[in-house]
Amino acid sequence: MTLRFIFQQFAKNKLAVAGLITVLILFAVAIFAPFLTHHSPTAYDLDAILVPPSASHLLGTDEEGRDVMARMIFGTRISLSVGFVSVFLYVAIGVILGALAGYFGGWVDMVISRAIEIMICFPTFFLILAVLAFIGPSLYNIMAVIGLTSWPGIARLVRGEFLKLRKQDFVTAGRTVGAGSMRLIFKHILPNSMAPVLVSATFGIASSILVESSLSFLGFGVQPPTASWGEILSQSRDFMDIAWWLAIFPGLAIFINITAYNLVGEGLRDAIDPRMKV
Amino acid sequence: MDPLLQIENLRTHFFTSAGVVKAVDGVSLAVPRGGRLGIVGESGSGKSVTAFSILRLVSLPGRIVGGKVWLHRDGERVDLLTLPQDKLREVRGGKIAMIFQEPMTSLNPVFTIGDQIEEAVELHQRVAKADRRDKVIESLRLVHVADAERVARSYPHELSGGMRQRVMIAMALSCRPDLLIADEPTTALDVTIQAQVLELLKELQEKLRMAFILITHDLGIIAETVEEVAVMYAGRVVEQASTQELFQNPRHPYTKALLESLPGLEGEGRLKTIAGSVPDLSRLPRGCAYQDRCEKAQPSCREREIELTVIENERKVRCLYPY
Repeated sequence: MTLRFIFQQFAKNKLAVAGLITVLILFAVAIFAPFLTHHSPTAYDLDAILVPPSASHLLGTDEEGRDVMARMIFGTRISLSVGFVSVFLYVAIGVILGALAGYFGGWVDMVISRAIEIMICFPTFFLILAVLAFIGPSLYNIMAVIGLTSWPGIARLVRGEFLKLRKQDFVTAGRTVGAGSMRLIFKHILPNSMAPVLVSATFGIASSILVESSLSFLGFGVQPPTASWGEILSQSRDFMDIAWWLAIFPGLAIFINITAYNLVGEGLRDAIDPRMKV
Repeated sequence: MDPLLQIENLRTHFFTSAGVVKAVDGVSLAVPRGGRLGIVGESGSGKSVTAFSILRLVSLPGRIVGGKVWLHRDGERVDLLTLPQDKLREVRGGKIAMIFQEPMTSLNPVFTIGDQIEEAVELHQRVAKADRRDKVIESLRLVHVADAERVARSYPHELSGGMRQRVMIAMALSCRPDLLIADEPTTALDVTIQAQVLELLKELQEKLRMAFILITHDLGIIAETVEEVAVMYAGRVVEQASTQELFQNPRHPYTKALLESLPGLEGEGRLKTIAGSVPDLSRLPRGCAYQDRCEKAQPSCREREIELTVIENERKVRCLYPY
């Protein structure tokens, strides 16, 4: 099953393609943020507090006079960085642990599987919350904590794939030719096991963005004046009856963002293998 | 002159919850340098496990529990079964190569043919990257692959079964091993391709002066390809002779029954079969393992273990009442 085939299958799914385009647009927005608005996301203007959407402030301003649109645009950077960095982190951890557990079996598998089971018992969000309350909220802390608590899912997936793949003939053939364990694990088996990881990671990005938004909403995320959608949403609670724009736009942004990633994830899964249990 | 490979009393058992399955139970074989040995037997006779045991590729619940596998090189000999891992990896692919029955599953689906053969070269030879590629093309040409460059760029699923088996052979031979073990190399191929692959193997074996062990259940292939045959039954060698002598004058009742069960060219009515089935390898009877199906069986066959004895020339039979 080549890359081209997967692309073709993916392209047939209109929703998935729409999701992908949205993701790419959001990427562009994050990268070109300073060029998209002349307002600063952090500069406050006490003459223009809670101004509804207008010509000069397309999405209005918040309670400190900051332009909401600018904050939204720069907020993409936060969501994207948290999403990708934390997922990258936990995929790396999960893949290594899952591969070792699945390939070697025995006590290595036992130890890692028990670790996975213990971690799964914790409600992740509250674990993250507790840790952040302890070490203090910041963008990097959030990325690290999400990364260090979400690896069990990937580890389980990879372990399952390895259990299946290590018995395959091409692994025996590799051993016959003189390949050692590390080479077999990372060069041969791993590429064959990446499909469910890729799909899970895509859903994971959506999940991470949601976690970050929730944390910011609760005040445990990025701290003001840094702009995060969840943070704007949090402030909006106090002004809901007089400033609807503060609640609607961030909420919409989060919704669109997460849905886009979910659609891409589903599209990938269906293109690779509709029966995949991810 | 020392044989290249000498297997002494090899025993490989599988420790399952249903009991200990003695897949290989005291097998001794030798392959001379450049020689061609065939191991023939039905499913479950232990022939594949023997091959895997040589390179220590047996995985749990199987374990090699006894015996020695001597590899003779430069006047010295090493026991492959006790070799440390890094030295063993040098032997695998470098000195002893193996090809398998299913060429499709033996190739990694996500890499091109060229990449996979190149890896074999990389693991065993100190060659620069550019030269490695040349060696890959050279190996493919050796097995008569017409469009070597294109095949090197292809993925396994883009090639036919016969082509994949050639590629496997090219990979196995890329480091010019001293011994090639072929485990049912043509079973998954259709008859015409089968003939081609066997011809190729014979040609290469002669050209590279390589020793060759062919494992199969097909007596026809054995007759055409090897000089010496070992017949295995229930984990033991029951007869060993030169190909000609084995076919012309089989001594062990099992061998004789096998040959008689081959359909002849003139339709003779019903095929002769061997009554009964292979015994449960975890509950082998005392004495000869073939006793329940043998037409010459006597009470004495049940009494004690029967040794592989030499009868005339270099022939060996494990039977109290050979023909």
